[in-house]
Amino acid sequence: MSDLTRKTAAELAELMTSGQASSVEITQAHLDRIAAVDGAVHAFLHVDTEGALAQAKAVDDKRTAAKKSGEQLSPLAGVPLALKDVLTQEGVPTTAGSKILEGWKPPYDSTVVKRLKAAGIVILGKTNMDEFAMGSSTENSAYGTTHNPWDLARIPGGSGGGSSAAISAYEAPLAIGTDTGGSIRQPGAFTGTVGVKPTYGGTSRYGLIALASSLDTPGPCARTTLDAALLHEAIAGYDPMDSTSINQPVPAVVEAARNGDVAGLRIGVVKELGGEGYQSGVEARFHEAVELLTKLGAEVVEVSCPHFEYALPAYYLILPSEASSNLAKFDAMRYGLRVGDDGTNSAETVTSLTREAGFGAEVKRRIILGTHALSSGYYDAYYGQAQKVRTLIARDFAKAYEQVDVLVSPATPTTAFAIGDRIDDPIAMYKNDLCTIPSNLAGNAAASFPCGLADEDGLPVGFHVMAPVMRDDLLYKVGAALESALAEQWGGVLMTKAPELEVTR
Amino acid sequence: MTADVLEINDALTQYDPVLGLEVHVELNTKSKMFCGCPTEFGAPPNTQTCPVCLGLPGALPVVNAKAVESAIKIGLALNCEIAEWCRFARKNYFYPDMPKNFQTSQYDEPIAFNGWTEVVVDGETYRIEIERAHMEEDTGKSTHVGGATGRIHGASHSLVDYNRAGIPLIEIVTKTIEVPPAKAAAVARAYVSMLRDLLFALGVSDVRMDQGSLRCDANVSLKPHGSTVLGTRTETKNVNSFRSVERAVTYEITRQAAVLSSGGKVLQETRHWHEDTGITTSGREKSDADDYRYFPEPDLVPVAPSREWVEELRATLPEAPSLRRVRLQEDWGFTDLEMRDVINGNALEPIVATIELGVTPAAAKKWWLGELARSANESGQDLDALGVGPAEVAEVQKLVDDGTLNDKLARQVFEGLLAGEGTPAEIIEKRGLALVSDDSALLEAIDRAIAANPDVVEKVNSGKPAAAGALIGAVMKDMRGQADAAKVRQLLNEKLGI
Repeated sequence: MSDLTRKTAAELAELMTSGQASSVEITQAHLDRIAAVDGAVHAFLHVDTEGALAQAKAVDDKRTAAKKSGEQLSPLAGVPLALKDVLTQEGVPTTAGSKILEGWKPPYDSTVVKRLKAAGIVILGKTNMDEFAMGSSTENSAYGTTHNPWDLARIPGGSGGGSSAAISAYEAPLAIGTDTGGSIRQPGAFTGTVGVKPTYGGTSRYGLIALASSLDTPGPCARTTLDAALLHEAIAGYDPMDSTSINQPVPAVVEAARNGDVAGLRIGVVKELGGEGYQSGVEARFHEAVELLTKLGAEVVEVSCPHFEYALPAYYLILPSEASSNLAKFDAMRYGLRVGDDGTNSAETVTSLTREAGFGAEVKRRIILGTHALSSGYYDAYYGQAQKVRTLIARDFAKAYEQVDVLVSPATPTTAFAIGDRIDDPIAMYKNDLCTIPSNLAGNAAASFPCGLADEDGLPVGFHVMAPVMRDDLLYKVGAALESALAEQWGGVLMTKAPELEVTR
Repeated sequence: MTADVLEINDALTQYDPVLGLEVHVELNTKSKMFCGCPTEFGAPPNTQTCPVCLGLPGALPVVNAKAVESAIKIGLALNCEIAEWCRFARKNYFYPDMPKNFQTSQYDEPIAFNGWTEVVVDGETYRIEIERAHMEEDTGKSTHVGGATGRIHGASHSLVDYNRAGIPLIEIVTKTIEVPPAKAAAVARAYVSMLRDLLFALGVSDVRMDQGSLRCDANVSLKPHGSTVLGTRTETKNVNSFRSVERAVTYEITRQAAVLSSGGKVLQETRHWHEDTGITTSGREKSDADDYRYFPEPDLVPVAPSREWVEELRATLPEAPSLRRVRLQEDWGFTDLEMRDVINGNALEPIVATIELGVTPAAAKKWWLGELARSANESGQDLDALGVGPAEVAEVQKLVDDGTLNDKLARQVFEGLLAGEGTPAEIIEKRGLALVSDDSALLEAIDRAIAANPDVVEKVNSGKPAAAGALIGAVMKDMRGQADAAKVRQLLNEKLGI
């Protein structure tokens, strides 16, 4: 039943509820698909075949028992998922894409994993990512680049390229990503899939190996808006283990995804996110999508967010500053890699040798940047100033949301680029996240939805929606409206346009 | 060759000491500062840890509300202002016993600031200004193995116990303390001792210096008489008894004076205190360029104690120590001089506790000052490190009250207690100390005394009853002191018909 991998999560759940397929069958189908295509895609760093099948069997048993007792299973019970390797899962290798954590098996579950397990969602394995989520292409992974299923010579985006590629390659119907500056949305855009960055504090960071604590947000990746919403609902909500978690009910994301009605919704097109530097095919698809929403009854206006142009430099001060401190714990003393411990070297030397060998170039670059930005005498000019920019960006958003319900832009200035294309040009690489970073700095909700293929390269384009804090439901409203309108043109979700991958056995 | 140290009096004729004291208090909350791990002292290494206090990747801190409450109480008791809104900050530096390689502390936004307190030395009251009291977490504890000194230098390897990592700490920092030079060291000691009593009364800490739950770092600098320019300071770390505080400050004054008077420069550095030799040695050089790259802790939300809560806590504070001393002195009927001895002997809290166990103030004072404080002083220990507490004192006094012991025998019991010979009952048993209450044994001794001192009996019979005192003395001697003198007098009087 290889077509099980082509089903959406919602469809798979229905098949299980109606008894037409078991979780073990569905999980096995996806494990087979991984075995067949992941050699070419390299979306996974670790496939937990045994654990996934055991989890699937447990869900099937529970379902059998529930038939007698009348107990309700969670909506996604038995559906498989790919987990970004930055979230801890007890007993399963977790590397964050870094050599320095090679071989580490966390002794605890992250809150996201706890909730996935509680919902009966089957975790297939851990997906590839840029080292410590620093990057926009997965080329910074210490374990090799992930390939974009739409064109294997191209990058899938990053840092969560593995998660988006996994769902785009039908290796999993669902995946978890984390978004610090666009690491869910940009790979979503590049792989023709849905990627949602919930409101900061809407999903728990406990067990998320921190890149930048004030920005990191776990969120769902899926091939459809509804699937993303179902997963969002499963993982979101207050967590007393995360002080920055918001103690409020989860926004009604599933309901919004089911009723994508944008009539009367006020949509603001951000003036500053477009024009020079944006690929023409990206702009064309974006504007078509805006027109489509207008036809569906949305009121569209142009909105100016003048401080967004400072978002990128501010982000590249705040992120490295926090990262330089967050990564200090990797000192070879308690877990992970240890280099040079030959009985003669001091602890300091061992730490130093381990960090030299265990961290990649981009990680070192950001540690040095952050260390400098926090140094006495520079703090005010760099970190302090960046925090002020952050406040100004939040004000831009607040002002915009007085006029409109949501803001929109292209998710990325370009489509997926070729492997190796930008790896030696950090600034060009950083510019990928121009549209996505402001939402992280302000902490509000944002998502990328597929909106077509660029004429010049035939690659997916992402439509970026931004919504106020704890109004994640508005994202899904817009996404669902767009998805159903476009599906009429395409005869299904955009993913149906993706080329078939060569299957190896 | 110049002397390593000057005589203290010589030092103080040339220089004025300026002090600053940083006291770390481990709070006695049931769980750690940022996680639910227990805080009990002395558990096997690394058994009180979790992903949070081990700083495992992905783990996040959550503030212990009880620790914030304790911090506010301490701030209020030190007459501080309490911040309406403050944040934690990360203090970044590498050390193997610090799991995250940053300490979650407070930097420019302490929970409590701008306070003051008072200490009494030799009857004089000195005001100490408090700069701040802030919350932070303790580090793990390193044991350096294989070296001669127990320090990292020369060690073959180190063991780290993370049980202590994450224990809530309050750091209390004074402003510069300038008191009459001759009083500086005693004021430093009195301050730490006062803090101990205050923190004990607040119930926020075990305040056991011997277990490290109260640790003092002493900053000392000298300036020439009349100068207003502060000298270079040293920071002597982890001075762990009241007496050591005084000794370490005195030592640093005499050492720095020797350096300065020979034309040298005092290095800005941390120094280690050596309890056995009474000196400090150079530790880590510290410069103003030490850069901890503080920034607000992004994993925690700000602490914003409501004014209502602060006032609720203020209402729970025990009496201010200075007022309490006045009240206790009145209640106990002690003279100023007696009260001063109590304070200087650091015996206030033990005496309070002993009286609470039913002992009269006079008796409590007698044992604590006369026996225990004296002994502590002789052996160079702090009173609370003797191993004899209010319960033992009350037990001994009870034995005196019921006639089992007299004061002289009681002293021998204390001697036994201090030597660790067991409980009072065991010591009495072992040393054979109980009073002889058997009348026939006393009467026999009285007969022997009468027989041996016919001249005294003669005097008594000739109308000088006061002469009987010599007979009582003889009986007591015969009984090796183990008789109740009043009883002997009564029996003797009966015998002699007076």
